[in-house]
Amino acid sequence: MDYAVIVALEMIRAVAWLVLLAAGLAIIFGMMRVINFAHGEFLMLGGYTVVVSTGAGVNEWFAILVLAPLVVGIFGVIVERLVIRQLYGRMLDSLLATWGLSMLMIGGVTLIFGNTVQGVATPFGGVRIGSYQMPVYNFVLIFFAAAILLAVWAVLKFTRVGLIARATMQNPNMAEALGIRTTWVYMATFGIGSAVTGLAGGLLAPVTGVVPTMGASLVGQSFITVITGGAAVITGTLSSATVLGSISQATTFWAGPVYGDAALLVVALILLRILPQGITGRIFKRAL
Amino acid sequence: MTIQRRQFLKSTGAAAALSLAAPLVARAATDTIKVGGLHDLSGALDLVGIPMNQVFQMAIKEINEGGGLLGKQVEPVVYDPQSNMSLYSQYATQMALKDRVSVVMGGITSASRETIRPIFHKYKTLYFYNTQYEGGVCDRNEITIGTTPAQTVARIIPYAMNLFGKKVYAVAADYNYGHITSAWIKRYVEEQGGEVIATEFFPLDVAQFGSTISKIQAAKPDFVCSAMVGSSHLGFYRQWAAAGMKAQIPMISTVLGAGGNDQVMLTAAEGNGILSAFGYFEGVDNPVNKAFLERVKAEYPTNTPIVSEISECTYEGMMIWADAVREAGSVERDAVLEVISQGKTYDLPAGKVKIDPKTHHAIRDVYIAELQDQTFVIKEAFPESQPADTQMVCDLIAQPNSNKHFEISL
Repeated sequence: MDYAVIVALEMIRAVAWLVLLAAGLAIIFGMMRVINFAHGEFLMLGGYTVVVSTGAGVNEWFAILVLAPLVVGIFGVIVERLVIRQLYGRMLDSLLATWGLSMLMIGGVTLIFGNTVQGVATPFGGVRIGSYQMPVYNFVLIFFAAAILLAVWAVLKFTRVGLIARATMQNPNMAEALGIRTTWVYMATFGIGSAVTGLAGGLLAPVTGVVPTMGASLVGQSFITVITGGAAVITGTLSSATVLGSISQATTFWAGPVYGDAALLVVALILLRILPQGITGRIFKRAL
Repeated sequence: MTIQRRQFLKSTGAAAALSLAAPLVARAATDTIKVGGLHDLSGALDLVGIPMNQVFQMAIKEINEGGGLLGKQVEPVVYDPQSNMSLYSQYATQMALKDRVSVVMGGITSASRETIRPIFHKYKTLYFYNTQYEGGVCDRNEITIGTTPAQTVARIIPYAMNLFGKKVYAVAADYNYGHITSAWIKRYVEEQGGEVIATEFFPLDVAQFGSTISKIQAAKPDFVCSAMVGSSHLGFYRQWAAAGMKAQIPMISTVLGAGGNDQVMLTAAEGNGILSAFGYFEGVDNPVNKAFLERVKAEYPTNTPIVSEISECTYEGMMIWADAVREAGSVERDAVLEVISQGKTYDLPAGKVKIDPKTHHAIRDVYIAELQDQTFVIKEAFPESQPADTQMVCDLIAQPNSNKHFEISL
């Protein structure tokens, strides 16, 4: 019984993990059709912000919840102004440019902080569930994954800013004709997407090793989640994270992590074969 | 085709340059003794390669300050293979043929060693491999200083079983190191009458370990043996501590403290109590080591490396070679090898070391240490540990021409 609870909780946490990894990327890809290949390095930057600032004596939660999104968000706006802006509508070029950016970031961070950095301890301890123990931090991850999705949904659905964003997403020319400065919308979107990525990177820092090359192992999962989800930011991310996360985690429990990784890829392959536009390309078509 | 043309240009170009500079080179060749250093100074493994190179340079400086060798100064020839195998083979060839170095220290992964070892064998350039590895190299031209599983895993498993119990849960990185090491773990656990209840392998990019940690709790082993590698896998120790498991199930590792700074990447709360076994820890208590560590600190006051087995062994390699050159009165490979093969005992920072004439591997003191507040505290020493695994397959006295890396079957 308690084992079943543990398995269920681990599956939910795996879903939350994918949501955190993919949310920022989904915002940028879903709204702007820009593929940010430096996404993994944006996560890394969030992680470094937390490690460096807590090392300097800043409160860990302040670093995770405020500094990490702030630093990466501002960095995102700068990148958008300098690089991405020049490449709208040229998907391949922006892919190459952001790939270059990712290498630049890995090199830059290695140069400044070296190839190693002291990690931060995971806050809170363990919680007892039957005869098992599980980190309390798992629930923190689940909570913030849900909070991010909820916040994005509420902003898009109920605010004027959200309305403008949705209008730009649906038909940029029409939106401009109605007096919306779409370049600003894109800049803000990229900044917000980056900030969400920074927050995710900050939240992941206490559970993984923070090194300059950590992005490489995260970017794959992020992209698979976003592409499998399709264009709708929230429904897409949530549905694909749920499918991929729960199946891969169940496989991990059943057969081990190698098969868990493989299962994630196989499921993504099958889904994309059946639904080439992603899950929300056919199902939940009109969802956000 | 292009490559051939390029190689042609390169070699003719080098030949032309050589013939122009010939008088100069001829004079230079008698002035200094050249020693090659081939360590990854950039790329994925720079974390390990940079301290090795620092200690390598320091050893050369020390030899020169003591008057050099045979009345000549020793000159380092250093290339950075950038954790890239094609650069390893290129630079190895360059060292052997163009620079004509007397000896080479270097190579980190087994892949890099198997890239350069045959090159040095072919061109008869003496080679020192100073890394702990899976064992099995049988090549008279290679002196292997680092430990093998028969020296470390064979010690730590009985030690841990004695302390904690007979049921072991093994977790390992999913590539040849992890697979070979977990085979050794299984063998030594069973030799002691214990049982490995499960072995799990993790691809190097796996960073979530929740399911495994739950499974370990369900299996209730007496201790966990980890052969996890790399930065993503550090998450395992972190999540293990976060789940509150540290107080419940002890952990030993065959990797932690091997070469980089893993011990300081974990906080004290996450790392405390993890046991590890290697041929050297900074805490080795003898006057040679104290002086050695002081020299390291004086040489690199701002970027002092954490000295682990892999860099201390690089120092050993240089010192053993220098001693053999003095005794042989020559830097000729065969004369130097002759002296080294006599099995002389050296007093080095890690303790007593001698080279086994049968395998050209080091017979050395091995230490078990416990991680406490980000430093390793030595618990027990095992003097004169034999490279028993390599000895099973290799006999260079009977077959001096062997040039092979045996996979030791278990």
